[in-house]
Amino acid sequence: MTVDLGRKKVGNVEITTGAVLVSDGSTQKTKTGGWRAMKPVTDHAKCISCAICWVYCPDASRFKDTDGKFDFNADFCKGCGICAEVCPVKCIKMVVEEK
Amino acid sequence: MRHVMEASHAVAESVKSVEPDVIAAYPITPQTHIVERISEFVANNEIKSEYIRVESEFSAISACLGASATGVRAYTSTSSQGLALMHEILFIVSGMRLPVCMSMVNRALSAPINIWNDHQDSISERDTGWIQLYVETGQEAYDMTIMQHKISEDKRVLLPSMVCMDGFTLSHVYEPVDILEKAQVDSFLPKYKPVHAILDPKEPLTQGPIGFPTHYMEFRKELCDAMDGSLKVIEEVMADYSKRFPVAIKDARPEKYFHVEEYMMGDADVVLVAMGSVCGTIKEVIDQLRAKKVKAGLLKIITYRPFPKELIAKKLAPYKNVAIVEKALSPGLGGPLYHEIASAMYEAGAKSKLRNFIVGLGGRDVRLDHVERIIDMTMSGKGKTEEWML
Repeated sequence: MTVDLGRKKVGNVEITTGAVLVSDGSTQKTKTGGWRAMKPVTDHAKCISCAICWVYCPDASRFKDTDGKFDFNADFCKGCGICAEVCPVKCIKMVVEEK
Repeated sequence: MRHVMEASHAVAESVKSVEPDVIAAYPITPQTHIVERISEFVANNEIKSEYIRVESEFSAISACLGASATGVRAYTSTSSQGLALMHEILFIVSGMRLPVCMSMVNRALSAPINIWNDHQDSISERDTGWIQLYVETGQEAYDMTIMQHKISEDKRVLLPSMVCMDGFTLSHVYEPVDILEKAQVDSFLPKYKPVHAILDPKEPLTQGPIGFPTHYMEFRKELCDAMDGSLKVIEEVMADYSKRFPVAIKDARPEKYFHVEEYMMGDADVVLVAMGSVCGTIKEVIDQLRAKKVKAGLLKIITYRPFPKELIAKKLAPYKNVAIVEKALSPGLGGPLYHEIASAMYEAGAKSKLRNFIVGLGGRDVRLDHVERIIDMTMSGKGKTEEWML
């Protein structure tokens, strides 16, 4: 099939019909962590690697670190604090992030 | 071939000949007969469409959105509360420029709950970026359902459309309807070939991304430009259809489809403006009054979105007395159609005296004597600018 995105300039901005993009994974490329005011700081010594934070994170921003403990991805974490709330051993603390 | 047929079934025949790849609908009065008949066609293997039984209208329109995003023809039908439930997704379908087609059977909105006809449901969705075409007869409903696909799927348009027909007063009425052969419809309406929206794992692309403040306004501007531009496409499609398929049943449709239909306007002293099946009643009164030397005419509006404002202002400007007769409201303002026409007339510098008559809400009959009163009040200047035919 031939894709014609209908590229055109409106004013000074180039757009495509219906905002279709020829790339996949634009969500990964567009970093949205900048919205965050609080960050989840994890105490790796206390973490039991249960992965509950990984399950509950609404933005898939929890990941398993090299030491097998879970931490947050600063590029996408919005600082909602759900991970800290659900952690059974309370090893995650939400702290104000200074930029 | 000519049949005596319920208008809902005529629409179902139209959908059968168009054969959408995906149909998703949830039954709601008075749309029910359309989707029941279509589901029979699918169950009997008369058409190959995938019919998705959904649990709500929100899901119906969402399924159509998803289907259309893969590059296939998608169709749905609804009424009233069903359309209101679709509201959020209607904007997304038009914003993603997906040519989903809908048969919209007009019914009043709650509260109080009411299953009968007025135009509040679709008029309330006039700002969603959907093309809206209003029909008067079963034949027009049949024809327009074929035409709407050609309009929506045109590369210059790529906007969803709804053909609006009055619940019960049109949808459940039996009339003679000329039904085309499948081959005739195929020759008029080619298979949908998507250009911009083709979800395919082999050639990945992204649809529905975020539009930041740096880009959002430009997308909205392009949508408006496409809507304005669709006026020309609608005109072309209507002209082409009218030429290929001439009138088979007298008075069942205009000889040449256009954005508006003029009825006895030439020497009229008063012109009424209306949409939908009430135009039949108005035409009847006009004929009766003409016999008594009272000169009234009608401007029937078919294309409501895009609103052909220059055309309407040009058609109405020569007349001193114009009455806009409508079945919808913007509480606190008045009749939406009246205010849109008033704006169009002001922009065109026209000086006609405009009157607004609210009629037929929630299935209230619009009787011949209502129309006579409207004509009398408009010619004599009696009453207020906005009057209700209670």
